[in-house]
Amino acid sequence: MSTATSVRPEAPLPAAAQPLLEVRDLVVRYGRGRKAGAAPAAVDRVSFSIAPGETVGLVGESGSGKSTIGKAILGLQKVSGGSITYQGKDITSAGASQRRALGGELRAVFQDPNSSLNPRNTVGSSLAEPLRLRGVGAADARQRAEDMLERVGLPREAVDRYPSQFSGGQRQRISVARALICDPKLVVCDEAVSALDLSTQAQVLNLLADLRDERGLGYLFIAHDIAVVQFLAQRVVVLYRGQVMESGPAAAVTEDPKHPFTQALVAASPVPRPAEQAARREARESLGVRTGAAATPGPGGCPFRLRCPLATDLCATERPALRQVGGSAVACHYA
Amino acid sequence: MIPNVAPASADSAEPTTAAVPPRAPRQSSAKKFAGNKLFASPASVAGVAWLAALVAASLTAPLWLPYKTEDQDFTAVLSGPTAAHWLGTDELGRDLLSRIFASAAGTLGTSMITVIVAVGLGTLLAMLAAAAGDRVETVISRVTEVTMSLPGTVIILAVIGAVGTNIPLIMAILGVLISAGMYRVILGQAKSLQSQLYVDAAKVDGVSTMGISLRHVLPGLTNTIVVQSALIFAVGMLIQAGLAFIGFGPPIPEPSWGGMIQGASQNVYNAPWLMVPTGAVLALTVLSANAIGNALGKAPNSTASHLPSAAARRRRTMSVKTAVAAIAATAPTPAGSTAAKNTLSVRNLSVGVDSTGAGNGVRLVTDVSFDVEPGTVLGLVGESGCGKTMTALSLLGLLPSGVSVTGGQILWNGRNLAAATDKDMESVRGREVALISQEPMRALDPMFTVGYQLTAAIRRLRGMGRAEAKAEAVGLLEKVGIVDAARILKTYPHQISGGMAQRVAIALALSGRPRLLVADEPTTALDVTVQAEILSLLRGLVKDTGMSVVMVTHDLGVVADLCDQVAVMYAGEVVENGRTDSILENPRHPYTLALLAADPHANHAADMPERLATINGQVPQPKDWPSTCRFAARCQFAGSACVVPIPLLPSGTGDGLVRCVKADELAVEGLDWVATEVASHHVLNLVETPAVATRTVEKDHA
Repeated sequence: MSTATSVRPEAPLPAAAQPLLEVRDLVVRYGRGRKAGAAPAAVDRVSFSIAPGETVGLVGESGSGKSTIGKAILGLQKVSGGSITYQGKDITSAGASQRRALGGELRAVFQDPNSSLNPRNTVGSSLAEPLRLRGVGAADARQRAEDMLERVGLPREAVDRYPSQFSGGQRQRISVARALICDPKLVVCDEAVSALDLSTQAQVLNLLADLRDERGLGYLFIAHDIAVVQFLAQRVVVLYRGQVMESGPAAAVTEDPKHPFTQALVAASPVPRPAEQAARREARESLGVRTGAAATPGPGGCPFRLRCPLATDLCATERPALRQVGGSAVACHYA
Repeated sequence: MIPNVAPASADSAEPTTAAVPPRAPRQSSAKKFAGNKLFASPASVAGVAWLAALVAASLTAPLWLPYKTEDQDFTAVLSGPTAAHWLGTDELGRDLLSRIFASAAGTLGTSMITVIVAVGLGTLLAMLAAAAGDRVETVISRVTEVTMSLPGTVIILAVIGAVGTNIPLIMAILGVLISAGMYRVILGQAKSLQSQLYVDAAKVDGVSTMGISLRHVLPGLTNTIVVQSALIFAVGMLIQAGLAFIGFGPPIPEPSWGGMIQGASQNVYNAPWLMVPTGAVLALTVLSANAIGNALGKAPNSTASHLPSAAARRRRTMSVKTAVAAIAATAPTPAGSTAAKNTLSVRNLSVGVDSTGAGNGVRLVTDVSFDVEPGTVLGLVGESGCGKTMTALSLLGLLPSGVSVTGGQILWNGRNLAAATDKDMESVRGREVALISQEPMRALDPMFTVGYQLTAAIRRLRGMGRAEAKAEAVGLLEKVGIVDAARILKTYPHQISGGMAQRVAIALALSGRPRLLVADEPTTALDVTVQAEILSLLRGLVKDTGMSVVMVTHDLGVVADLCDQVAVMYAGEVVENGRTDSILENPRHPYTLALLAADPHANHAADMPERLATINGQVPQPKDWPSTCRFAARCQFAGSACVVPIPLLPSGTGDGLVRCVKADELAVEGLDWVATEVASHHVLNLVETPAVATRTVEKDHA
């Protein structure tokens, strides 16, 4: 067991040729027909991939499209363009039966521990549901539910209780147990710890890290808190208004951000050390990033240009392509 | 580690409800739930008893009825109640009692046809529409709208004209007509159930649409379905009686309630009694069904609303008076005369659930003291359920109903706000002490423009005229960093972003020029870039106006950014307080140490630990707070010295205080809260814990 002082090893990316999940030029538009054509896309040509056992963090502000991407991967959101490939199989518009055929390899943990479990079903029955769908017998499913509960740090007797009898943190453990009960390869965690208190958040983050090491899980970890992402992820993708602004190794993106938006995001995240925080605040105020309430940018160009201190006329006309800067890919003309 | 499973928790997830008295335990199944509600009111008990008796009597009618329904007794035509005919006879001398009960089963049974058709069809369509998406929903909705626009009476009379008085068929058609309304009632609920995260989780599993509807949506609709069934049952019965009354009942001589009422109405001058038995039975039956529907539909005891009810306020005034008397007897005289102006001084504040309610006097905040000098910011920090929001709300006299200050003083400009009446508080709230809450939209009424709300507040609090107030509103919005103030004044709250709404909420709080701002997690719901702007705004306001702020937050980074002083709360008491830099850089209490160790923000990417430090278990429920050190059960350093009540003692850094007997020892040995989890039996058994402490020391040295 590691201690608090040990240093994270550099992300050992498995050299497998085929990624676990590949998202290519994903586009999601809300609405139908003419309405959808007029509105800016919620997700606009986003590409990334996740290797087996790798954790990719998806960071952005509210409305950046990060949850929409998660939903599209899980088949909960209709995709307007691009492709999503899981282990070489195209699952862009897979229906319920195709998803069932995936064998529960692609699972999810959601944000709100209060509504992610059906309050009318016992914990055991919620946990057993994905197993029963795959033809596991009732007794066997119950056994595996009890084992899984024990693994996430809850007593086996919890199977017969109802979600309302547990605290928020415990319910989130149950959600994790439910996601992992059929040995998935990839888990989409959509703000899985943001509703939790500090100590509970740490417990759930540790649990996710333990399970990853134990089972070689891949995570798509969606969060608004860059420090939380930094803890768990090996690679980070930063989104702004549905577009990728920067992506690269977690340490590079969070410690030495290249894109003005990532810089603003990192600088705005307060640290609990007063002297350092004062310095960070000054640095942030000197960045010159304008307030988010500024008017919505029109189509074309860089979506961040109205808030960006570096913006020029070029940024209004030409959307910057992702290019390699240092260890990261950055979508900025001037990074 | 195995945290204890708390039976029925008063939830620690949301700050506002965390310390509220525990809710009534939830029922484990919808049926049980309905059953309990059914027997909670005397009216519905009577209703159930009446319907049961009616059905039983009617089904066993051939066994006990004194007469056959068509037996005529010409010696007693149109008689009142007699020994031979308990309820009298009709114009042909037939026994009313026999006829009423003999026809009851038929009436109730055919009314059930309406219920089954209406509810079945309506629910089916609603679940289909909710599951299948917008297009299907549009089609079904249009069809039901057409159905609702059809004149029901005309259709039923037309059917009778075409096929005769086939009662089951007529009742089924009535059911189809009513099902459109039923669909409307259920659709909204089914759609909201469809959008629950557990439905998403089931979809990810590959559960079919049908499976989701049956397993996750239908059970949630049970309550509505049961309630509506009871009401439709009553309607069906009335319509059936109505049809019989106008002559479209069961063929004569078969008895029916409507037919009997019709007969009675023809003899209403010479035998008024005839109307009474049948009318009473029909009315009682309809009332019973409605009473049952009412009881089942009654909302379960809702949790305390944010603002106390009038009755609760009265109760609180009473309990405050008694508490104040008790405080006056023990506490020294208020330090109002000596305290500096605009300094908030909280002394030994305790907040508890009223002893009359379900919480039975549980204390939520105990013995909290702090001072806030003008122009400074105090951070109240801790996890959910530690009493920080309750402490903050007590400063404004806004505690939820059923919760009140039970001891201590809140001294503000020579007054004790803890003992102030509601009327006194009205002159303080908004003018001297103002609140900004976590959810800015809660401070703004969606029905009115920002400008209207802001000017109304300015006019009320500052007594300004309309034009003057408007100019002031523009000035306030500019003060909170809104550049196009004139435009924002004309918008409605839903038209602006969350960050903008929080700025407006702050402007609203500033409209009475308060000297103290109570901010309850004001940035928790915002994006970090917006949070940073709001924090800068608050810092600027403190600097410019010299007001002071009490900031409730769970985020240690926010504390580091804004607060001058900080009080760390755990389980309703302050465990450590002092200057922000000394507490965060050099924490003394194990809980503060643990919080910092668990915070991923406390680490740089380069030295991010592989596992974060955690605290075993969770914050205990208020009723389980021990009289010893409240943190001992979760503390890595707890020992035999921790089983006594621990006072707040000087921590040795500045004027800070710490509530830990081992604080000095920990500081000298430089112990850190370690990331590895200590098995729960160690921390629960206090006698064994010295071993744990040694182990951690060894680890530290290793």
